[in-house]
Amino acid sequence: MDSKVKLGIIIILIIIGAYFLFKPGVQYDRIEIAGSTSVQPVAEKLAEKYMEKHPNVKINVQGGGSGMGIRTAQQGIVDIGTSSKKLKDNEKDGLQDFVIGTDGIVIALNTENNVTDLSTEQLRDIFSGKITNWKEVGGPDATIHVIVRESGSGTLSSFKSLVMKKTNITSDAIVQGSTEAVKQAIKQDPYAIGFVSLSHMSSDVKAIEVDGITPSETTIADGSYPLQVPFLFLTKGDPKGITKDFIDWVFSAEGQAIIREEKIVPAIANVSDDT
Amino acid sequence: MSSNKLEEYLVEKGLFLTAIFSIIIILIIIAFIFREGFPIFQEYGVLNFIFGMNWAPSDEQYGVFTMIVGSLCITGLSLLMAVPLSILCAIFMAEIAPKTFRKILKPTIETLAGIPSVVYGFFGLIVLVPLVRVQFGGTGFSMLTASIILTIMILPTIISVSEDALRSVPHEYKEASLALGATQWQTIKNVIFPAAIPGVITAIILGMGRAVGETLAVIMVAGNVTQIPNSILDPVRALTSNIALEMGYATGVHYNALFGTAIVLFIMIMVLLVIANYFHYKKKVVIGGGYL
Repeated sequence: MDSKVKLGIIIILIIIGAYFLFKPGVQYDRIEIAGSTSVQPVAEKLAEKYMEKHPNVKINVQGGGSGMGIRTAQQGIVDIGTSSKKLKDNEKDGLQDFVIGTDGIVIALNTENNVTDLSTEQLRDIFSGKITNWKEVGGPDATIHVIVRESGSGTLSSFKSLVMKKTNITSDAIVQGSTEAVKQAIKQDPYAIGFVSLSHMSSDVKAIEVDGITPSETTIADGSYPLQVPFLFLTKGDPKGITKDFIDWVFSAEGQAIIREEKIVPAIANVSDDT
Repeated sequence: MSSNKLEEYLVEKGLFLTAIFSIIIILIIIAFIFREGFPIFQEYGVLNFIFGMNWAPSDEQYGVFTMIVGSLCITGLSLLMAVPLSILCAIFMAEIAPKTFRKILKPTIETLAGIPSVVYGFFGLIVLVPLVRVQFGGTGFSMLTASIILTIMILPTIISVSEDALRSVPHEYKEASLALGATQWQTIKNVIFPAAIPGVITAIILGMGRAVGETLAVIMVAGNVTQIPNSILDPVRALTSNIALEMGYATGVHYNALFGTAIVLFIMIMVLLVIANYFHYKKKVVIGGGYL
């Protein structure tokens, strides 16, 4: 009988040992960042570089969506909340916002498609299922295949708030799990339409003009391209201590260069000129 | 107390530990999934969750019924294609193929099993989706496309397990049948195959398990639309795809809902396994002499 007890003790010891093995013990200065999944990759990159220079600082970057970024920053749960949406007036309440850079949403078509320009209204009608044939917008006589991202995607939520407003996306839309999958789907289907962020754009699909403006770094920097996605850092009140140091570093030439490497249009104009 | 006895004791307990390891792991996983997924049943209601037709996390709607249908349809369709193909292939390999040909065929099929699912998914996206679109119309992202990919993926599992089953039918059965003047096809049809049925069913269970659980390849080609498919050319979303697609972003109730999806998937697989096992044992009794 007591061999069973021994066995039990051994198992418990192993579990406790494993727990201590994986539990971090050292103390760091911590910065908690949470929010928009679009901002997350850039924030992670910034955090990584910053931690390389400041080994005693630990920065934890989480997703969760812009809404969560705003909420947790207001409640003081995180040091920096991130958002890829402009704050509404009722959300601003005590929050300080820093635009660290701007991304754009590009409407992508197959390279064989001869449509080159769509208005925001046409886009809304296409993605809501009101326009279903390409000939209604000056293209070939063929059914439009709408491709969107999965719910929760930062690109999707930006697209919804910029283009769809209150309208729902058609339930016939094909859902793809990543930017790459969206591009592949568009690449092999001449009648597909989808959206990707400017930072992930490549030449195998065709970017079209929206309201007559070509998406580019310039049109995003001067604010003329309509589908802009601001990348915001939010702090409750003025940032203090290590958080302030981190945000200052993000706005330094070094930080902005990293943002630029991630193909986001940096907030400081002179950095974006030195191509 | 001799050292032999101690060694005996240690080996015995060591083997016991390794044996219960998988049980412990599965219990921990079950406990975790149920702990994380249970709140959605409380908040949203079990029936609303399972039979709800709408999945829209942004509007707080969490109904997974369309995905249950999606998973079942994809799996069913792929089994429909894979089972006849693979059983006939297994019979050929076990009974008819010359040794040299078998030596080529077997490693080829095993290679098929070793290809990672993301490669199958990519193949589907680049080759099958355009093919289906051009041949049948629509977007090409469909239940059919997903089922074809799954068929290719589960073929090697079903073929090799059922081939083993066919091979382990005692030689005496075959010899007796041939000695009675039966042709080779009659022997296969009436003696060898019936005796191997329990093993073949095991093979189908394994294939089905892989089909239900496959995630990545299905995400890439099924279109992931949450709707009840009207035809095999409509896009569908499987339960596994739902979890994998949205897990990266989910928080709060949405997060619980994804674990709820996992619970549904878990129960679904258990039910399928029980049904399959029932047939497995039933056939076993009927055969009587079969020792598989």
